[in-house]
Amino acid sequence: MRNLSSFISGSLFGLGLIISGMTDTVKVQGWLDIFGDWDPTLAFVLGGAILPMFFTWQYAKRRQTSFLGTTLPEPPEQKVGRNLVIGSFLFGAGWGLAGLCPGPAMASLTFNGTSGALFFASMVVGMWLAVPLKRRIPQTA
Amino acid sequence: MEQSWVYGLLGGLTIGGAASVYLLMNGRIMGASGILGGLVDGSGRNTWRERATFLLGLIAVPGLVALMIGAPETHITSNAWILISAGILVGLGTRFARGCTSGHGVCGISRLSLRGMVATVFYLLAGGLSIVVFKHILGVI
Repeated sequence: MRNLSSFISGSLFGLGLIISGMTDTVKVQGWLDIFGDWDPTLAFVLGGAILPMFFTWQYAKRRQTSFLGTTLPEPPEQKVGRNLVIGSFLFGAGWGLAGLCPGPAMASLTFNGTSGALFFASMVVGMWLAVPLKRRIPQTA
Repeated sequence: MEQSWVYGLLGGLTIGGAASVYLLMNGRIMGASGILGGLVDGSGRNTWRERATFLLGLIAVPGLVALMIGAPETHITSNAWILISAGILVGLGTRFARGCTSGHGVCGISRLSLRGMVATVFYLLAGGLSIVVFKHILGVI
């Protein structure tokens, strides 16, 4: 059951990403182009996603477990450390450069040709590189 | 083009629905980089089935849609160096920040998580700067 619901969730996520235009790199870069020809569409995407999720979190707070009996996430961690800031900064730079973040990169994998595959493969390498790098850098958070 | 905010909003609501299913059914936070990253570095070994089925839906369902009604526009660059650098930055950054647009942006902001909000501010800022530098100053994208 848990695998079926995660498949449904992944499918909905993929559909939402292509409907919203998040898989179009020009649209994403247009949203980030605050000093150029700014395209505000993505504000509707983010707003549209956050709105139902806000109520879902409120409802989840009143439950002990998920519908399938698994534990619900702990209250959010509040510690803002160096890794969060540096990581988000690096991610944002890459997001602007190619116009793809992890979700849309996967949602467009089947129709984005070799360029999409190359971006995806590099992203996997980056994720894998993070493990030894994290170990080498003294951790504050 | 004029109606792109409608698609943005519809797609956003679908993404919010996907995150709601993942939270209420599986008891998990829907973050694309975390679901993939846990499979890449082995930290998600115990939940690999639920991660794999999520990714299957995320990759295959947009593929099916593209097959049936045609692929949405993507405009991805064919410059290999841009794709490789951007991919590594996105992979590395999302693992250091422990989240991307879906995890920190959609699921984090909607539960009023400080970490989610800080991460979103920094990746949007870096994305904007990235466009200024690589598009308007260097002209490589």
